[in-house]
Amino acid sequence: MTYWDREKECINREHLQDLQLRRLKETVYRVYAFVPAYKEKFDQAGIKPDDINKLEDVHKLPFTTKADLRNNYPFNLFAIPMSDVVRIHSSSGTTGKPTVVGYSRKDLDTWSELMARALTSAGADRYSVIQNSYGYGLFTGGLGVHYGAEKLGASVIPSSGGNTKRQVMLMQDFGTTVLTCTPSYALFMAEVMGEMGITPQDLKLKAGIFGAEPWSEDMRAKIEEALQIQAFDIYGLSEIIGPGVAIECKYKNGLHIAEDHFLAEIIDPVTEEVLPYGTPGELVITTLTKEALPMIRYRTRDLTTLTMEPCACGRTHVRMQKVLGRSDDMVIIRGVNVFPSMVESVLLKIKGVSPYYLLVVDRKGNLDFLEVHVEVSEEIFSDEIRKLEELGALITKELESALGISVKVRLVEPKSIERSEGKAKRVIDKRKI
Amino acid sequence: MAKQISVFLENKAGRLSNVTRVLGNAQINIRALSIADTSDFGILRIIVSDPVKAYKILKEAGFTVSETQVIAVRVPDSPGGLADVLEQMAEENINIEYLYAFLGTTENDALVIFKVEDAEKAEMVFKKKDIKFIDENQLYTL
Repeated sequence: MTYWDREKECINREHLQDLQLRRLKETVYRVYAFVPAYKEKFDQAGIKPDDINKLEDVHKLPFTTKADLRNNYPFNLFAIPMSDVVRIHSSSGTTGKPTVVGYSRKDLDTWSELMARALTSAGADRYSVIQNSYGYGLFTGGLGVHYGAEKLGASVIPSSGGNTKRQVMLMQDFGTTVLTCTPSYALFMAEVMGEMGITPQDLKLKAGIFGAEPWSEDMRAKIEEALQIQAFDIYGLSEIIGPGVAIECKYKNGLHIAEDHFLAEIIDPVTEEVLPYGTPGELVITTLTKEALPMIRYRTRDLTTLTMEPCACGRTHVRMQKVLGRSDDMVIIRGVNVFPSMVESVLLKIKGVSPYYLLVVDRKGNLDFLEVHVEVSEEIFSDEIRKLEELGALITKELESALGISVKVRLVEPKSIERSEGKAKRVIDKRKI
Repeated sequence: MAKQISVFLENKAGRLSNVTRVLGNAQINIRALSIADTSDFGILRIIVSDPVKAYKILKEAGFTVSETQVIAVRVPDSPGGLADVLEQMAEENINIEYLYAFLGTTENDALVIFKVEDAEKAEMVFKKKDIKFIDENQLYTL
């Protein structure tokens, strides 16, 4: 087994917890002293930094949410002076004010270190040619992976997102061995490759590290088959640091969270009660080493399960299961929680269906209904209406039994659902509530 | 036997006009057409002057296309003409999936496009029963 930093990744749990507690206390002192918004929250909750004496005391601290970042837009949650901030990233702000995150020199070093760890865990090394097709710019995906790959010593192709035919050409001509992008973009690349008449045998691609959106095991199988690679899930969010917060190892059975830098908890997203290992809920992360933007109990909105079962890879860091969905991606239809990933799993099991779909939720009168647009693949289309209707009926039946609500399936033309070069849009909610 | 081009059409404004424009721009003439529709999508079935080229350019234009074998049968253009043909087909257990009329005519006959379950068997029956059908090269240029 190859590690980037064996000592830290396979650390004895007791030593890890000592380290975490020391770093947690330090972080809490720092935010209390330097970030007025945190001091105010702590004071309201009646918590003083001195109250944190063991790791479980983290449960006493108030949560931080995306709203706190917006309310303190742009820099008011920073814990260091702007003269020490060397990088700023931001969300696209499609749902309101963007969220802004900052990095000190040391934060960037930590991030590169974590990304180098992640890339190593997925089998990359200094001989790898890494094509980084995450978008470069304000989005943390591009630059985050870039610096980690350079730290690793790999040869980096900073191709960013978009211009898919050129991406495929670079992949072939430069002998890319590792691809990094969103899973939906990877699948789109495979489709474009097919159109260009290029097969996986024409490439040297061995592995892909995909993240920035939830994706199912069936999607993994599809990508691995289409590109003939090993596909690894990477997790991260800009509020915490960006990609590299957690990564799968070669056993692909959960993502190891870099616990020397992050303290993870699972809570019930409604009651906010802390849940034990093994129970699904919302992931909450406290940063332990971040200087510019420390986060105390940040609510990620990502739903997962934590497990402390030892992993065969030897890493001792806790594993989070593949993210099932985001609580804000989740649509509630007539009281039932529906995640795009559930729909994806069903569709990928049906022959002749492409993995492109769109959930459209609308309300007629007082009744919510779900329409699922599914692309018909070229192979399944024949002259016979009957066959298409049977396919529609089969998809409807499978979706209804998986989701537990009635669904209207609409077959749409191949390639009519928008292909994403970044995060895929899977849900349109037309309800005016 | 003749080649029919089938095109998958989403139930959206402008889809049919797109298909016909693509064909028109390529100087392909539509000789017969029918549309099968459901609530969400339709299938356009056409007989064109150059089916090979039509298939290729529609595919290139991003449409979902398939090719189907059909038979163009000459039916006497007089009362009871179609009924006679259909009765003879029924006697021989030729199952019809769908049929539609061709735009042009030949002499005193109307032309009807048949999609049957087993086209080869149907042709044999037609020959035996002396039901006239048109050779495909002749059909495209009618």
